Amino acid sequence: MPVEVILPKVDMDMATGRITRWYAEEGAVVKQGDVLFEIETDKAAMEIDAPASGTVRAITGAVGVDIPVGEPVAWIYAEGEDAGTIPDKPAAGSSSRAEPSASEQEAKENADVVAVQGKNKAEEQRPDGQVRATPLARRIAKDSGVDIAGIAGSGPRGRVVRADVDAAIAGGTPPSGLPAISPSGGEIRQSPTSELPISALEGEMAGRPEGGISHPKPMSDDTGLKLFEEGSYELVPHDAMRRTIARRLVEAKSTIPHFYLTLDCEIDALLALRKQLNDAAPKVKSDKGEEPAYKLSVNDLVIKAMAVALRAVPDANASWTEGGMLKHKHADVGVAVSIPGGLITPIVRKADEKTLSVISNEMKDLAMRARNRKLKPEEYQGGTTAVSNLGMFGIKDFAAVINPPHATILAVGAGEERAVVKGGQVVVANVMSVTLSTDHRAVDGALGAELLAAFKRAIENPLTMLV
Amino acid sequence: MTAARKKPTSKQTLANLPFAYRQYDAAALREALRKMYLIRRFEEGAEDSYTRGLIHGTMHLSIGQEASAMGICMPLETADQITSTHRGHGHSIAKGADVKRMFAEFFGKTTGYCKGRGGSMHIADVAGGNLGANGIVGGGIPIAVGAALTAKKMKTGNVVISFFGDGANNEGAFHEALNMASVWKLPVIFVCENNGYGMSTSTERSTAVKNIADRAAAYSMPGVIVDGNNFSQVAEASHEAVERARAGDGPTLIESKTYRYRGHSKSDRNRYRTKEEIEDWMTNRDPIILFESEMKEFGIIDDAGIEAIREDVKREIAEGIEFAKTSPAPDVADVARYVYTEEQA
Amino acid sequence: MDATPRELSYAQAIQEAMAIAMEADERVFLMGEDIGVYGGAFQVTGDLVERFGPDRVMDTPISELGGAGVAVGAAMTGMRPIFEFQFSDFATLAMEQIVNQAAKMRFMLGGEVSVPLVMRFPAGSGTGAAAQHSQSLEAWLGHVPGLKVIQPATPHDAKGMLLAAIADPDPVMIFEHKLLYKMKGPVPEGHYTVPIGKAEVRREGRDVTVVATSIMVHKALEAAELLAGEGIDLEVIDLKTIRPLDRQTIIDSVKKTSRLISVHESVKTLGIGAEISATIAESDAFDFLDAPIVRLGGAETPIPYNPELEKAVVPQVPDIVTAARDLVKGRR
Repeated sequence: MPVEVILPKVDMDMATGRITRWYAEEGAVVKQGDVLFEIETDKAAMEIDAPASGTVRAITGAVGVDIPVGEPVAWIYAEGEDAGTIPDKPAAGSSSRAEPSASEQEAKENADVVAVQGKNKAEEQRPDGQVRATPLARRIAKDSGVDIAGIAGSGPRGRVVRADVDAAIAGGTPPSGLPAISPSGGEIRQSPTSELPISALEGEMAGRPEGGISHPKPMSDDTGLKLFEEGSYELVPHDAMRRTIARRLVEAKSTIPHFYLTLDCEIDALLALRKQLNDAAPKVKSDKGEEPAYKLSVNDLVIKAMAVALRAVPDANASWTEGGMLKHKHADVGVAVSIPGGLITPIVRKADEKTLSVISNEMKDLAMRARNRKLKPEEYQGGTTAVSNLGMFGIKDFAAVINPPHATILAVGAGEERAVVKGGQVVVANVMSVTLSTDHRAVDGALGAELLAAFKRAIENPLTMLV
Repeated sequence: MTAARKKPTSKQTLANLPFAYRQYDAAALREALRKMYLIRRFEEGAEDSYTRGLIHGTMHLSIGQEASAMGICMPLETADQITSTHRGHGHSIAKGADVKRMFAEFFGKTTGYCKGRGGSMHIADVAGGNLGANGIVGGGIPIAVGAALTAKKMKTGNVVISFFGDGANNEGAFHEALNMASVWKLPVIFVCENNGYGMSTSTERSTAVKNIADRAAAYSMPGVIVDGNNFSQVAEASHEAVERARAGDGPTLIESKTYRYRGHSKSDRNRYRTKEEIEDWMTNRDPIILFESEMKEFGIIDDAGIEAIREDVKREIAEGIEFAKTSPAPDVADVARYVYTEEQA
Repeated sequence: MDATPRELSYAQAIQEAMAIAMEADERVFLMGEDIGVYGGAFQVTGDLVERFGPDRVMDTPISELGGAGVAVGAAMTGMRPIFEFQFSDFATLAMEQIVNQAAKMRFMLGGEVSVPLVMRFPAGSGTGAAAQHSQSLEAWLGHVPGLKVIQPATPHDAKGMLLAAIADPDPVMIFEHKLLYKMKGPVPEGHYTVPIGKAEVRREGRDVTVVATSIMVHKALEAAELLAGEGIDLEVIDLKTIRPLDRQTIIDSVKKTSRLISVHESVKTLGIGAEISATIAESDAFDFLDAPIVRLGGAETPIPYNPELEKAVVPQVPDIVTAARDLVKGRR
């Protein structure tokens, strides 16, 4: 049997090696221990000796290519051995560069994945700012459905701590800068040994944003209180929601250039269709007995119409950011829900893709949970537009404040019988006035008008919303 | 190994023969030769498996030092103990380890002596009296002294051999351990296998004394120099030291002068010694060739007997490698085992 | 039983533990420098040599590396040595045997041997012994899988944990703060053990968890009494063992108090407090944190000689008081 000459492992962690030169040619006679070839590792070149004496044949180990450890690179035949039988193996290293290696392929795929992820991330980025808060404060706020962004932090650099959240939930806030509430809720006595220097305290107070509303400066409390006779009022502490509403509305109204468009929609066809659909609703069993599977409200149809309109005028489905215009791919419609002590705007996601019954049932659930303050942040944050409906109070027409990051909000008035002129005739029709507020940075007048016209088309031709 | 003592026969005059041929019968000597072949073929098999990528880590081969390992272990009983070095495969086999389980360990398998956790550098056989090879130069020397302290305290009558290389004689642990062993008269034998080089640095360049055995004087113990490639000389020195230790007379330092044919480890490029030097040791001073020719000269074995041993060893090595290849690998889930002693349920 | 419990010093408690173990088990013996007729540098072995003789209370040459190796070898082959370092600082001379041999032997040999070895390290500052005789190196050894590292804080625990260590099949390193040796406390008679790997809540409180080791347990308890007058309620945990770490006791406490201070004498950076902090950061107790975590530990200097400087580089009672007060008052 000829003796196999292999590409030897000469270094730890060595999987392949390269032959840099052969000292013996095909057919050369070598003695055991003679240097046969030289291989290169990442550290140095190393000479490899002949494992046996004889004639070198079938040199397959090519110079300069990566050869796996253990691969035969030549054979040594003893004197008289049949030199005709060359072992049937492919030349070592011959195919190693033909195709991209598995690792190269993988690296490329990984790069693609990274690119896709990066893109998604940019789309999902929320423009709201970070709040400094302890993990415990965040957890309690989240569990209680309180928006931590609306809580004034009493810790260093405005950090929200548990006491602040507890106070917010209890309906008050601790006097800013005086964290007098211990974790157990009891008062901490200020002992004479307390080292809290007054100057430091003032410094901290000065550096802390007041309830998060810092710009522009509202009338100070002292100035406001002086206008009223003492005893003529009751001072009710703000809760977290009130602070959030105040902060966000001031921010919206003072930073967004609002622009308003109004038109009237005839809704006789819509009302007829609504009745027809509700009458036809199948009955389902529930714990309260038999119930219709859905009961559409006019507002459900308005939500759908707004989504359809945004779909028809995609340029208006946008959000302004300093970095660029966010062009949304879905119509996520927020719906202002009045709740005791304030309002909140849960979002009907992808309303353009949902059927009326789905929107209706989802809206009922969101509104109920909103009133119980059980919404999760992801259920009221974000969205691409909003609808505010005060028709049930008989309001004819009003303009709403845009809820960032939205670029539009539709204010919906009451549907009422009005005299309208059609082809020279005065006729009676059910009419509903709507006003679209737009963020002029994102939606110009003409684009807003186009959106509102699309809305009117959907409302007045409600069957189009069913297809 | 336990060696049967040869009964002197009337037809031979033993007085002029070297020690081993007076001390051991033919069967014991043939077994010693077989073990020396087993060591050499084991090293070659391990090297071949490494170059084929079957063995993961580096290793330090003791080819050329077989007589040293075998000669020292000749007078030992199973209950006697050794501590060994990074160049410890030969010690392990000479002390009686099974090459199957050694290969399995090198292949990282659960059937290995250390269940795949130790590899070449920590090869051990605790039941067989090998307390383990050690990756730290000089690391095993104080441990051997500790084992000898146990032997003395428990009055077991055991002796402990501490194998180490020429490099270790310059470690502080060498000094501390030899001093304590001598102060406490412990049954331990320090065996310095001086193969001329600590990695690349020759003893001339690293060690202030000419002979490492000279250092024994500093610890008031006998220092013995032997030709480490001469099986009989090594065995004789070991015998004397073991007897002295068992008698409670304390430690001995044996310097066994030998040579390693291979590089320090698999990364060695042999830049510090000449091919001529290696060639000279391999041709003129090979321990197996020397032992074989002596045995033939004294009529203990013939060529056919030698050939039979070679074939037997070849088969045992092949079986060992096959056993290692087919043994199961450890479960990664068990990686934290043996860090601490598992609680007995 | 006597109505008033018997009191022993920390050193006496250790000596009693060793004597009990040696009486009970002939495999137990002591090794160390000047532990025989001298009685040990801190008189911990005292007159044990008179009771047990020089073969079982062995004076070694000044050979920390070799001595440690002898102890490892004896432990591997059936003995149960207790090796005393004269000062914990000298562990640096023996690191090879402790880290490469004692800790890894069982693992390297696939479970074929155990190393039932106890090493005792008189540690810590406060004695004016300066930079090479005052260190707290427990975190070094705490980093090594295969070792167990304990720091009893009271005479009661010193005896009970040492007896647990002697019975343990694996190498156990005991760091004994030198300033504790003379501290007296109740110590039960006879054999008992205090488990390795279990921390103890020394004082329950609602406002801040203070995890302390060794002498710092006493400083933390002192701080807790001072702060009680201000209405601040500290919970003090005596860690007792730094490997394996009793994470659950720390986690449970922080979930209750929402604030954490760790305090130890060894150097703060990359230290035990970092591990304690990370334990909370990685656990479900993270969501209970209502303030940043505070670590108190040794300064970034060797231990100085001058007594005022020496005090300044390790945490003291006022440091714990200030840290806790700042946390509760929302100043950190």
